[in-house]
Amino acid sequence: MKHLLSVADLGREGIDEVLRLTDNFVEVSQRAIPKVPTLRGKTVVSLFYEDSTRTRLSFETAAKRLSADTMTFTVGSSSVSKGESLRDTVETISAMGVDAIVVRHKSAGVPWRIAAWTDASVVNGGDGWHEHPTQALLDAYTIQSRRGSLNGLRVAIVGDVKHSRVARSDVLAFSLLGAEVVLVAPPTLLPPSLDGWPVSVAADLDSVLPSLDVVYLLRLQQERMTEALIPSLREYRTGWGLTGDRLARLGSDTLVMHPGPMNRGVEIDADAAGDARSVITTQVANGVAVRMAVLYLLLGAGPPGEPSAGDGASGALAPAEIETAPEPARA
Amino acid sequence: MAERERALTPPGGGVFVPRTTVMDGADLRRAVTRIAHEIVERNHGLERVALVGLQTGGVPLAHRLHEALLNVDATDVEVGTIDVAFYRDDIGLRPVLPEEVTDIPFDLTGLTVVLVDDVLFTGRTVRAALNALNDYGRPHAVQLAVMIDRGHRQLPIRPDYVGKNLPTRFDEQVDVSSDGVVLGDVVQK
Repeated sequence: MKHLLSVADLGREGIDEVLRLTDNFVEVSQRAIPKVPTLRGKTVVSLFYEDSTRTRLSFETAAKRLSADTMTFTVGSSSVSKGESLRDTVETISAMGVDAIVVRHKSAGVPWRIAAWTDASVVNGGDGWHEHPTQALLDAYTIQSRRGSLNGLRVAIVGDVKHSRVARSDVLAFSLLGAEVVLVAPPTLLPPSLDGWPVSVAADLDSVLPSLDVVYLLRLQQERMTEALIPSLREYRTGWGLTGDRLARLGSDTLVMHPGPMNRGVEIDADAAGDARSVITTQVANGVAVRMAVLYLLLGAGPPGEPSAGDGASGALAPAEIETAPEPARA
Repeated sequence: MAERERALTPPGGGVFVPRTTVMDGADLRRAVTRIAHEIVERNHGLERVALVGLQTGGVPLAHRLHEALLNVDATDVEVGTIDVAFYRDDIGLRPVLPEEVTDIPFDLTGLTVVLVDDVLFTGRTVRAALNALNDYGRPHAVQLAVMIDRGHRQLPIRPDYVGKNLPTRFDEQVDVSSDGVVLGDVVQK
């Protein structure tokens, strides 16, 4: 795997591989010294054209725990303000010899363009309304580690689906892993077309609430709204927010999730965010381990199928090279 | 089983064809018992000794040694497991994926750690394991127990306890299971 641009690139097997590997990195993260020398000498640059707290810090923490070097590109203090184009910026960064570029941009498709301009591995850290694959992977990992598997679970993704790259990636990942996904949103916050989406739609949160294994609340992305899509925040909360009253009607082992940052009192009440069923901070913690797994898969694996010369993993992996010198009887 | 098959499949593909049985199950049991006695003798008891099995081949052996040590000295030593994938020196040269999660639920600092593996070959896995152990604490000493020493070392590493020294060709393969030790070849499909 060279790039991680979309959940669809991974497929079911790829997702399983990342989630399996994440177990190892969760263990690494729990050690007294949570750092392994795996990606020594590799450089990971985060190229963020949009604001971010958790994704950028999470990727940088992940890279550092793998002993990679990190560079941070912030648009405000860069030559972008002098009018440098995206392509020139990417080519400049690649010329410095980076191994991976984590990119976030407000326009969909930017990571694909960048992948064509550089030899480095490109990780999509969120492109417009389109995709956010590592968020979907950490969400899937969080559910899987709590419930064993996503297979057969009923997951509601609630709220601003229209502007949500998290929703698009989550729908792909959850359905590939066998979950049944229900979108719950006011009609104005659904995408114009749901053709080909493996989901059902409900307009009323209360009717689906008791049957859910996971309730995934999306952030109301007011910065992306150019028109009046909801009457008011209070009305939104009444219709689609996870209030204390709705929380009480959730099953005892239903998971409450949110990709952050939360609008407390809008899509989620403080009671719900702090409830024992809420795994919102677990999502953040798992994010680091999942991103370690992704960086490891992108940067740690060599060309597939090529054995390394003169080495055997345990005695089992022997390349074809013949030496006949007899060993002395005892070391 | 799938894991064992993967371990026996070289990176280039091919299948393991067994040729000679080097040790049978009883031989293996006797070797484990002898190594247990040697560990007790060398360390003057088991008070500050812990076992760490290398994933995946060393783990069942570490558990057998643990049992044998119970019989020999009536001491219940700690057993951990370690996967060294993240510490290997060939990352980036070939796909290296961990087979299992590392699990060392005790502090190694001050203990004599006996690393346990099934086959000692180039020594690179043991080198990686020594690095990995450092991240879990500072052992008083590290010793190495292997069932088979097949030679062809590429690093200055030697075992402290050996089940059997087995001269091999570089391209042969050694398979250790609970039924015994088999020497064979890899045949390209």
